[in-house]
Amino acid sequence: MTFFEGIGMHAGYGASMILNGCSISVDKGQIAVIVGPNGAGKSTAMKALFGMLPLREGSVFSDGRDITQLRPEQRVLLGMGYVPQTNNVFPSMTVLENLEMGGFVRRDDLSQTISEIFDLFPILKTKQDQAAGELSGGQRQQVAVARAMMTKPNILMLDEPTAGVSPIVMDELFDRIIDIANTGVAILMVEQNAKQALQIADMGYVLVQGENKFKDAGTALLNNPEVRQAFLGG
Amino acid sequence: MIDILNAITLLANYIIVPSLAYGSQLALGALGITLIYAVLRFSNFAHGEMMSFGTMISIFTIWLFQSEGISIHPLPTALLALPFSIIITIMLLLILDGTVFRYYQAQRVQPVTFMIVSVGVMFFLAGFIRFFIGTSQKNFADGERFIIKASQFKQITGLAEGVSIRTTQAITVIVTLVLVTAVFWFLNKTRTGKSMRAFSDNEDLALLSGIKPERVIIITWMLVGALAAVAGTLYGLDKGYKPFVYLQLVLPIFAAAIVGGVGNPIGAVIGGYVIAFSEAFITFAYKRFFTYLLPEEWAPESLVQMLSTEYKFAVSFVLLVIVLLVRPTGLFRGKTL
Repeated sequence: MTFFEGIGMHAGYGASMILNGCSISVDKGQIAVIVGPNGAGKSTAMKALFGMLPLREGSVFSDGRDITQLRPEQRVLLGMGYVPQTNNVFPSMTVLENLEMGGFVRRDDLSQTISEIFDLFPILKTKQDQAAGELSGGQRQQVAVARAMMTKPNILMLDEPTAGVSPIVMDELFDRIIDIANTGVAILMVEQNAKQALQIADMGYVLVQGENKFKDAGTALLNNPEVRQAFLGG
Repeated sequence: MIDILNAITLLANYIIVPSLAYGSQLALGALGITLIYAVLRFSNFAHGEMMSFGTMISIFTIWLFQSEGISIHPLPTALLALPFSIIITIMLLLILDGTVFRYYQAQRVQPVTFMIVSVGVMFFLAGFIRFFIGTSQKNFADGERFIIKASQFKQITGLAEGVSIRTTQAITVIVTLVLVTAVFWFLNKTRTGKSMRAFSDNEDLALLSGIKPERVIIITWMLVGALAAVAGTLYGLDKGYKPFVYLQLVLPIFAAAIVGGVGNPIGAVIGGYVIAFSEAFITFAYKRFFTYLLPEEWAPESLVQMLSTEYKFAVSFVLLVIVLLVRPTGLFRGKTL
């Protein structure tokens, strides 16, 4: 059994079903990437895995424990971190305060974790007293990821972390994400930039209409002619 | 030279000192309104009556103290009554939150519905208050009336104009300074205060971070209760308490909060003073001021008053309209309405 997995997930909004039995799993230290066409249910799958959308069928396990019924806040306490696609920082608060709020549930001293995060994202250290809303897109995404890291999660979920940033910044963000995975964190992300994301993925999922269409190692998916043809633009 | 000093003293006496006091009262009120807007996301029209309630409790406590012979002469007994008034006002707001506002919160109603609910609470409180204290004017300022009288000032300086500073004015400014500093310290330095700002900034992300909305809302009502009780008591101390006046008072207070940038605490405080000073500057009769400064033959015959004092409230609204046209987010960046 893998460290974190959602099995046979069915979920939707009202009468429309978005997820029709997709299964996603990721192990510690690995990066799993979900790709797929628009409307395939990628973000919905993330929300379902984090408990922001109730499952109608299927279940979610973390570290062997069934967490299907837990609310998102409870999952944070169990070591899950979530970075939403938009509105993922506190814009009027400084970078440092954003980090403090990320670690709000922790009652112990945060300074150790903060300095570790500043080692990982050096740019944030120089901007720590600046309001997060005044930073560039790429820096703001770093704040968003750093905020979620404050609880020292063992599963980090990223919903399109590179949306709207330049290719250079995207490469840098991916480098940071690899660094985080190397510390033993399980990373699950949804990506619009499928080619680049699959290059760094240990495991890739291609979702279509809320079902797993393909599931393979990232590089294997990149070399799969069918996947290239249909989803990666040749 | 003496004429210039006289002119300045005249302004100090009729504009600067009273506006500092009035501005402080508006600032405290606007700070309460802005906190509610920032955290609970609605315009609280009941704020004036909440201030009125706090003042009523202060008055009852003062009467109790006076009948027991407790006083802190030369300071007004109101200072002694403030802590009691703060606690009881907070209790009232928590009861209102639990019985009225939380119900609508659970339904996730639109802000405009919330605003109408607050109008309902306003009418309820207005009746409730009149039921207990009546509608007539109550003056409860005791202790020494003046720190410095105009006549004393004239004697000391030898000027033709004098500045009088009433005890209540000085107390208003000092208490405001202390309270505003405390609120800002709380918002910027404490964990709970920061979680309030985080909740105001991005509610969903605050939830994801494990910040509990119920707790943030309770803390907000407590802060608002303290601010309302103090603002109301200080206003009543300075100008006398009459329940009807607090209904009108909510207008310049809203103007102050919006001019400063609604949802922005610093803006609310600055906005309070901006409104108070512009009301005073525009409704002041400058005749004597110019008589001092201009050569004798140029001395004005009329009052040189831009607007008569009855139009005081109009000034804050004109300012409000100008700010909304030119800079809709307020002088300091607040949330867009």
